[in-house]
Amino acid sequence: MTSQAKGHATGADPQGDGARGLKTLMDVLAASPASEIAACAEALGGLPQAAPVRGPETGLVMVRGRIGGDGAPFNLGEATVTRATVRLAEGAIGHAYALGQDRAKASLSATLAALWTQGDRRAEIDAAVTAPLLAARAGEETQTKREAAATKVDFFTMVRGDD
Amino acid sequence: MYVAVKGGEAAIANAHKMLADRRRGDRSVPAITVEQLVEQLALGVDRVMAEASLYAPELAALAVKQARGDMIEAIFLLRAYRTTLPRFGASRPVETGEMIAERRISATYKDLPGGQVLGPTFDYTHRLLDPELAGDGEVPPAPARESEGEPLTRVADILAHEDLIERSAAGPQDEPFPEEPSGDLTREPLEFPMARDLRLQALARGDEGFLLALGYSTQRGYGRTHPFAGEIRMGEVEVEMDVPELGFSVALGAVKVTECQMVNQFAGSAKVPPQFTRGYGLVFGQSERKAMSMALVDRSLRAGELGEDRVAPAQDEEFVISHSDNVQATGFVEHLKLPHYVDFQAELDLVRRMRGEFEEKAKGSDTAKQEAAE
Repeated sequence: MTSQAKGHATGADPQGDGARGLKTLMDVLAASPASEIAACAEALGGLPQAAPVRGPETGLVMVRGRIGGDGAPFNLGEATVTRATVRLAEGAIGHAYALGQDRAKASLSATLAALWTQGDRRAEIDAAVTAPLLAARAGEETQTKREAAATKVDFFTMVRGDD
Repeated sequence: MYVAVKGGEAAIANAHKMLADRRRGDRSVPAITVEQLVEQLALGVDRVMAEASLYAPELAALAVKQARGDMIEAIFLLRAYRTTLPRFGASRPVETGEMIAERRISATYKDLPGGQVLGPTFDYTHRLLDPELAGDGEVPPAPARESEGEPLTRVADILAHEDLIERSAAGPQDEPFPEEPSGDLTREPLEFPMARDLRLQALARGDEGFLLALGYSTQRGYGRTHPFAGEIRMGEVEVEMDVPELGFSVALGAVKVTECQMVNQFAGSAKVPPQFTRGYGLVFGQSERKAMSMALVDRSLRAGELGEDRVAPAQDEEFVISHSDNVQATGFVEHLKLPHYVDFQAELDLVRRMRGEFEEKAKGSDTAKQEAAE
């Protein structure tokens, strides 16, 4: 679940806004189910051929916590992560990292990241992929919060005695 | 002593086929799916992930199915699977303060900011078996209401300005926390005494039953620490990792965790004024019992650091940590059923000889007694 600012970059600016736009895209791709990503990719029209550079492969990431929730780091335990790196015919590289074992999702996400990095279709990807996936994740987050809120205790005080 | 013995291949192969048959059970009953386990036996799946120390719900559910519901066997399967995978790296520490919490309660402050949010809890249920659940009745969606969006303040922060509760500090002059934990027990063998970060790693994967019993023992007086459940929260936290090829960090998705802040009495020492100290529990998935037990045991194991007498099992680091891993424990206990024919023959021979000597001696002293009597 992610709540990144929805700042959509449109120009070719790999360091400034560009990196932020790419991060927003990659974050939301990782948090989204493969079926939703595939539907968004479909809305983009066909994706270009992407050659695998690395993976897709599944490995481990050690998830860390903080002692006391706010202190020094400790190793909580590992999680499975699947990653992929692809190259488009024009040379743009895209990476994907996400929890789980879904290799098809990793390849598709990496292709979308490469296409975004290539630069000429950023606005299109932001509108057809990033924005709807962000909205879907935000919707889920709101729903969880609303369900939790319904279980919040509203205390009232029982007055006993005369005064 | 081990001697190579051949034979048993056919018996083993057939035993495994029989296992597969019994696992499937009555063929007229539909086979259970991994999705069903993930969705409907979620807390069992969570326990397997926590104690296998691997967050992977579908794989944990598959392990539960393969193990026929034997949790420790399922944990063993998932541990074995993780050894086949490369390590890509380590995440940034998850920020439990930014959790999308389904539940957050405090037993120390009724009106803490964010309130008492009960979430999907067994608490306050009547523990009466529900025959309706035996069927497949319609279940209405969870009720929802507008969230006030008030952040869930940590209990430790409420008292922080008064310095009445211990704060996490890296060093005397508020030095920054170290970037990396002091070690990783999946990479290096256990060594005692242990740093607290390593202890927490061991406890996070420790057996729930063992930690529960130890936590309970501290409440019953074996190294008591006067605990209050300062705060318990459960929900999803985002896992973020620095990716060198990108030059920035990416979010990998969210994991569900349960966190417990135990607040404990502390009389103070010559160096430290009286204040509340803290025990900490953090566990993969939804497992309040485990998080609470972990926090109790974490606090108990800080006896040395806080200058308390070590008098009870829950305060003995080597005892607790060496016996908390159920895969290790089951391996050593269950290895006893493997063939020990030669060992036993050797011991049998020894006992026979000792018995012979014993009887020889008994006869000797009987004769001596008889002679003395005559």
